[in-house]
Amino acid sequence: MDRGFISSPHSARINRVDWVMLQVCLALVPGTLALAWFFGWGVLINMGLAAVFAVAAEFLVLKLRGRPALPAIRDYSAVVTALLFALTVPPTLPWWLTLLGILFAIVIVKQLYGGIGYNPFNPAMAGYVFLLISYPVAVTSWLPPDVPALLDARDLTTLSFLDSARLIFTGALPPAQTWDAITAATPLDEMRTMLDQGATIDVIRQSPLWGAFGGHGWEWVSGGFLLGGLYLLWRRVITWHIPVAMLAGLAVMAAIFWGIDPQTHPSPAFHLFAGGAMLGAFFIATDPVTACTTKRGQLIYGVAIGALIFVIRAWGGYPDAVAFSVLLLNIAAPTIDQYTQPRVFGHKRANG
Amino acid sequence: MFNIASPLAGLLPGGESTRRLWHFHGGVHLPDEKELSNRTPVQGAAIPAQLVIPLQQHIGAPARPCVGVGDRVLKGQLIGEPQGYISAPVHASSSGIVRAIELREIPHPSGLSAPCVVIETDGEDAWAELPQPLADFAAEDPNRLRERIRMSGIVGMGGASFPSNVKLNPGKDQPIDTLVINGAECEPYITCDDLLMREQATDIVDGVRIMLHILGAGRCLVGIEDNKPEAAEAMCAAVAAAGVGDRVEVVVIPTLYPSGGEKQLIRILTGKEVPSHGIPAQVGIVCQNVGTACAVADAVLRGRPLIERYVTATGRGIAEPRNYRVRIGTPAADLVAASGGYTGELAKLVAGGPMMGFRLDTDAVPITKATNCILALTPAESPDPGEPLACIRCGRCAEVCPAQLLPQQMYWHARAKDLDKVQDYNLFDCIECGCCAHVCPSHIPLVQYYRYAKTESWAREKEKRAAEHARERHAAREARLERQERERQAKLRKQKELAAAKKKVGDAGADDKKAAIEAARKRAAAKRAAAGKAAGAEGVQADAAAKPAADAGPGATNQPDVAPKPPASSTGDTSGTGAPRAPAANDAKAHAAETADEARA
Repeated sequence: MDRGFISSPHSARINRVDWVMLQVCLALVPGTLALAWFFGWGVLINMGLAAVFAVAAEFLVLKLRGRPALPAIRDYSAVVTALLFALTVPPTLPWWLTLLGILFAIVIVKQLYGGIGYNPFNPAMAGYVFLLISYPVAVTSWLPPDVPALLDARDLTTLSFLDSARLIFTGALPPAQTWDAITAATPLDEMRTMLDQGATIDVIRQSPLWGAFGGHGWEWVSGGFLLGGLYLLWRRVITWHIPVAMLAGLAVMAAIFWGIDPQTHPSPAFHLFAGGAMLGAFFIATDPVTACTTKRGQLIYGVAIGALIFVIRAWGGYPDAVAFSVLLLNIAAPTIDQYTQPRVFGHKRANG
Repeated sequence: MFNIASPLAGLLPGGESTRRLWHFHGGVHLPDEKELSNRTPVQGAAIPAQLVIPLQQHIGAPARPCVGVGDRVLKGQLIGEPQGYISAPVHASSSGIVRAIELREIPHPSGLSAPCVVIETDGEDAWAELPQPLADFAAEDPNRLRERIRMSGIVGMGGASFPSNVKLNPGKDQPIDTLVINGAECEPYITCDDLLMREQATDIVDGVRIMLHILGAGRCLVGIEDNKPEAAEAMCAAVAAAGVGDRVEVVVIPTLYPSGGEKQLIRILTGKEVPSHGIPAQVGIVCQNVGTACAVADAVLRGRPLIERYVTATGRGIAEPRNYRVRIGTPAADLVAASGGYTGELAKLVAGGPMMGFRLDTDAVPITKATNCILALTPAESPDPGEPLACIRCGRCAEVCPAQLLPQQMYWHARAKDLDKVQDYNLFDCIECGCCAHVCPSHIPLVQYYRYAKTESWAREKEKRAAEHARERHAAREARLERQERERQAKLRKQKELAAAKKKVGDAGADDKKAAIEAARKRAAAKRAAAGKAAGAEGVQADAAAKPAADAGPGATNQPDVAPKPPASSTGDTSGTGAPRAPAANDAKAHAAETADEARA
């Protein structure tokens, strides 16, 4: 049955999995450029490493499973997983942690469930969360954005290409440098720590870390991913349902609490632009394999992820929450789908 | 429920209107490829040397041949009679000699052969005597018009080929308010309806008026996609010329595949949804193709049966794509040859359009009433989609599904052969339009999976019914055997009681007997004197002896009926429990055993 088309349609197919995946890679470019601009070469080194590891891991597992490896490699899904993973980890992550995360993502989360199309969890996020839980320090050691005012104020330095490569491959810091001199908290982290210490938003925002509404540099990164997301929408690789619902869910939750007390809750714009919300909304939550497939289901799925992100950011144990929220809703997706089936043409009521 | 603004709405003269349109879910925009074949006027195809006319070109029972091998037939002569209500006759499409009535390859998705009447044409194209034209149709009884349509062999010419007279007879409990005429022709490449509307708009409008009269419907909506402006214009002009602008409205609809699906077109034009598993008549609508309307006019106004139709021969695999007016039974190869033959390497030869047509293994098949297009696709037009990849659940299929199904869920379950689950996802609402497979990034042959699931479901349903039937018969037989056994036991008991009673009486009666014998003897002694009296006494004795044997009679003949019970009931049980894969042979065995049993009983 699987061998080619016997029955109609006889037309040329207009869509391909590899085209879809390449579009996603292409859409990552603006955000990636912003990230590399502000956080150095480590971003690109990590992406390259992750891609190589992912393809190799996919190839090996498929060989072990006795499945044809080439068609699966050629669909670029492993590359997309690798890139998304690399974009979420800090540019200082040692190579072997990247390897570990990728192995977990590709071998356990993706291939052990049957490969592309069968995995219930988003592999990139599962790999990230695996590292976050196992190696919390390494995975939260972010570099400061390359913003002179900020660097001067905090007496920080940035890494050259060689510095980054040395740090990633050997774990050696640049000569005469300390971890404290090269790392800085992310805006979400900073906000959370300061709020926990009882500071008001007005006080917190005195710091040179802040840009217009997110953190310096980070806003640009989020803007880059937003741009890429709009590209995906334009190319009809994704539909608006999940990203809009997710951002709306997050923004509405943030707006409610910000409205109640703007001194203890940052603005909705902060929530949208400070962390991984944009990347999550357009690139992570929209992963077709693990998301809801019905339109109403996608709206519920998106809103739930957005709301959950806010809940975890505001009251949970981690500063950012995109990965956790997405994974939690991945489990719920089949059930949501079951109860949100559309009304079929000519039927009075919907199934489910 | 958006109002789709049609770019042509309001621009066209005559019956054109700016009526509100509805839309259906999904659909795909396809390159329409219609310019390939719609620039040249329709050409009459030559009379072929041999006509191969299938006896079944419609949904329902096949026609029964009413001519013999060697007979001379005339153009328009009945050669196959309809059998039953849902059936249609077939007619000779030119004059000649019947050379054979045999199995021939026909254009059918199965690729199987079917009975055909083979006519060697004589080139005279001589008409048979045709029935009287019913020119004043408005004064005719609708039943008479329906009978004319039936005996003219008219079936739906959009592809489904359902007998038109049946469709035009929805019954009193389903009043029809709207006749929808389908001129959408949404499949790419096909232009035969386009050309028909351009060239025979008047006939189509006549057919519309006849059908409105038959149905007693108040209005007619003619739906035409906006990529056929000439056709829409011609139709509007014909409507205006016929002076029926108040009842017949030409509606230009946006081009979107599959707007020409019956249910989709009804939705677009009226906003009504034909209920699932239902027919349009349930919402007061009958839908007919433009070709059917034209054939109806021919049959009623000219007495001509359906013996020819417009066919598009197109695709880049054919040198000069164009439309032909073709006699039913003409080999497809003739059309290809008339179009300058093939251009080179063919990827596929298709009967119908690229989205819903089926592949032909050979061009040596006849054009039938349902064949609207012979499509020769080059490898560039129909590239090999390659090995299907895993479904990535992207949901594009659900976005384009006009029935608003969840194709990928159906695919998962069809693949797992979980037929109940596929049906839960409303498999049977799938119209097999092919949109889902067209947009699938993994190139999964989705429609093929659904056809497979449907066929399997039908087969299973049939098996289930057969098993149910066998089970009922088995239960009935068991009950009968039990009843017979009970009756036998009751009889035996009665007999025993009788015997016991007799014995009691017998002891007392023995003396009587002896006395009787004694008396007989005496009489025997006296026989010489009176011989006739002794015979009477012996007669009574013989009666008494015969009686027990006669009582045992029915019980004894019952005996073999009970004996073969185990084998028969064991086969009966297998099918009776509804084992999913109970082969038909088992049922047949049970049936045979049952029949034998019946015979014995």
